[in-house]
Amino acid sequence: MATNKQVEQFLTFELAGDAYGIDILKVQEIRGWEPIRKIPNAPAFVKGALNLRGTIVPIIDLRERFQMEKAEYTPVTVVIVLSIDTLAGPSVMGVVADTVSDVLDIDPTDIKQAPNLGTKINTEYMRGMYVGKKNMVMLLDVDRLLNPEEFIDISSLQ
Amino acid sequence: MAIDMAQFHQVFFEESFEGLDAMESGLLNMDIGDVDAEDINTIFRAAHSIKGGSGTFGFTAVSDFTHVMETLLDEMRDGRRKVTQPAVDVLLGSVDCLRDMLQSIRDGGQVDQSVVSAHKLALDSELRNSANGANGSSALEPLPSVSPITPADDGAELEICGWSIAFSPHLNLLKTGNEPVRMLRELAGLGELTTTVDLQGVPSLYDLDPEECHLSWKLHVAGNISAAEIDEIFDWVEDDCDLAKQPIYKTEMPLQALQSEGTLSANDVNTSAAPVNKPTEENVAGAEIQPQDAKAPKKEEAKAAGKGSSSIRVDTGKIDTLINMVGELVITQSMLSLLGEHFEMNKLDQLKNGLSQLERHTRELQESVMNIRMLPISFVFSRFPRLAHDISTKLGKKIELKLVGENTEVDKTVVELLSDPLVHLVRNSLDHGIEMPEVRIAAGKPETGTVTLEAYHRGGNIVIEVSDDGKGLDKDKLRAKAIEKGLIDADAVLSEKQTYELIFMPGFSTAEKLTDISGRGVGMDVVRRNIQALGGDIEILSELGKGSTISIHLPLTLAILDGQSIAVGDETYILPLGSIIESLHVKEERINRVVGKGETFLLRGQYLPIIRIHEIFNVPGAKTTKLTEGLIVVVEGQGVRCGLFVDDLLGQQQVVIKSLEANYRRVEGISGATILGDGSVALILDIPGLVRLSSQ
Repeated sequence: MATNKQVEQFLTFELAGDAYGIDILKVQEIRGWEPIRKIPNAPAFVKGALNLRGTIVPIIDLRERFQMEKAEYTPVTVVIVLSIDTLAGPSVMGVVADTVSDVLDIDPTDIKQAPNLGTKINTEYMRGMYVGKKNMVMLLDVDRLLNPEEFIDISSLQ
Repeated sequence: MAIDMAQFHQVFFEESFEGLDAMESGLLNMDIGDVDAEDINTIFRAAHSIKGGSGTFGFTAVSDFTHVMETLLDEMRDGRRKVTQPAVDVLLGSVDCLRDMLQSIRDGGQVDQSVVSAHKLALDSELRNSANGANGSSALEPLPSVSPITPADDGAELEICGWSIAFSPHLNLLKTGNEPVRMLRELAGLGELTTTVDLQGVPSLYDLDPEECHLSWKLHVAGNISAAEIDEIFDWVEDDCDLAKQPIYKTEMPLQALQSEGTLSANDVNTSAAPVNKPTEENVAGAEIQPQDAKAPKKEEAKAAGKGSSSIRVDTGKIDTLINMVGELVITQSMLSLLGEHFEMNKLDQLKNGLSQLERHTRELQESVMNIRMLPISFVFSRFPRLAHDISTKLGKKIELKLVGENTEVDKTVVELLSDPLVHLVRNSLDHGIEMPEVRIAAGKPETGTVTLEAYHRGGNIVIEVSDDGKGLDKDKLRAKAIEKGLIDADAVLSEKQTYELIFMPGFSTAEKLTDISGRGVGMDVVRRNIQALGGDIEILSELGKGSTISIHLPLTLAILDGQSIAVGDETYILPLGSIIESLHVKEERINRVVGKGETFLLRGQYLPIIRIHEIFNVPGAKTTKLTEGLIVVVEGQGVRCGLFVDDLLGQQQVVIKSLEANYRRVEGISGATILGDGSVALILDIPGLVRLSSQ
């Protein structure tokens, strides 16, 4: 495969049978699930905080973030550690996913506008959609999705 | 044995800056009417070291400048000159100028000559305009060796046109840290210098100890120079050399004979030791001289490398602790390796013990290393007396600056990043806060205003407060201004706190008149942004006519806290040990339940509110919900006492505070997080936050 500068790489993972993609440059590392410390009075999707070599990293359950049905954490449950840009500067967060599937090379022109209807996720948090050979992949905009400021808004709404 | 001087530059700069700080604080503390000789001595010594150091390193601009300051100080020290406020101000200005010079030399930049000469002029005119401040040289000293040509008693009447000096250093001169080249260079600065070196004492290269000085000189310096000036150059080496000096008077011829004698002897010896006639910047330690071109690039390199690195001064006590810990670590390690050599299963307990010891030592070591980064906040505070002095003089206000808690330790990064915002706040207090003396008297306040800078630890935070007893913030004025600037709607309802917060909005200034000190309205929002960038928060309290207090709360990144682990349900939390007063089991009859208000209990005649941690943090699995069965930990924070209801107390340990905000956000009741020995995260409780949380 010729290295084309136009191509962007996305890490895909599964949540409740659906495929999602994250810009691979945002991914810092992938870890197995391990018990973490709960953060009091946090929204339900904030599972707690993890010690990542001396840095305290909050862990977000994406299923709960998207109001999907909860899943049991198993040894194959993964935590994807992401470095994201927030208004306050760069920060590190982990998201819980069912499994990590693949790395896709996607030409940005192939990314379609996300339809506003029928998805469980507010399109505000999406880069768009990509129709692959096997399935559709929803590409997430993690900078918006994991903005700590948003956690307050959502928890106060609940 | 050529020494690369560049490696010492950093130390020189650090010491010089410290010296300048010492001079500055000495000058500021000086009581004009009644000057303590020791104060002047301190200032003089600092100036003298800077002069000496800069001379050694060839920063002649600095040494020349310091020389003038030194002359002035010397006269003050000897009581030949009165210490006056203008003189002190000129000296303070010169301290600033020197600091700028040193900074630009350090950073490889250009010294602004016009500024330097302006300050030098001010110093010179100060030197001249004193009535009794005659030139440092009084009458000529009689010479130790009587001049063969001119009778000594005539000496004072004849005009001196030069000096001939015989300078023979003792062998150990170099070891005392003195450098003949430097002295020669200073002599050359006084007038035209002719040097003749006597190489006869130099042993053969085989026997030569490069750290000994075998050279001696016959020097001739031309010009009308006072004996004191010459003495000053050799001041430091008096005891380490034989020195004879003779004045040459106008009618005489230069000492031809002396010179030819020297030249002859120079021809006789090894030429490798010869080129000393021209003082260069090179160190002429012993007889070995490196070619100049080989050395120059090396100097550049060292300079470039030195620029980026920053250094830190550490309390020796901290280093000793470190050394002790490393010692213990080594003992544990050797114990373990001994155990490992002949290991049997029945030694398992011993192994476990050893390993836990190792773990403990490593952790302690890690914490002590981090502790090295902690600096007392006085590093930031120390610059404020000067600021207060300058501003109060400029504005004609009377201000006393109080510093409290200067020894509070903060991380080095915080110290560095804190100083700009603090300068801004202190300036605001000085400029806008404190009123003019006549206004203060009219308001029935003492004529002298007080600005207090205070630092202390609270929970996992360091709190820095800038308070003044000035005019305070006018809520109505703030509001009117904000409406005028379109920052809020005319009918906006603001709480007291929100009103004060307005001053942090961009483009807000209440000063009726802008001054060059503050009031351009670009400040406070920047201050807040800086503080927030450090993960902190800033708040303001004020009372009209009484003054205002601005407090900065900063998390102690990397800071270490003595913590008490407590168990609540499935969770472990850390309480700052300093906030715990006692822990106790409470009896049913002492508990008092107020409907809708929560629970209190009676402790020594005082009702204290009970905060159930498992309830306010929604922790499942609490061992008991009955107050009588659990444990009450009495804590105090921000002056409020309360009892925390927990399951159990676990161990005490030092914990390294990690920021939870860095990647997440502030959690009410939690001041930070830490990592326990098993690698898991534990949250540190914030007592004032808990009180706020429970009262909601």
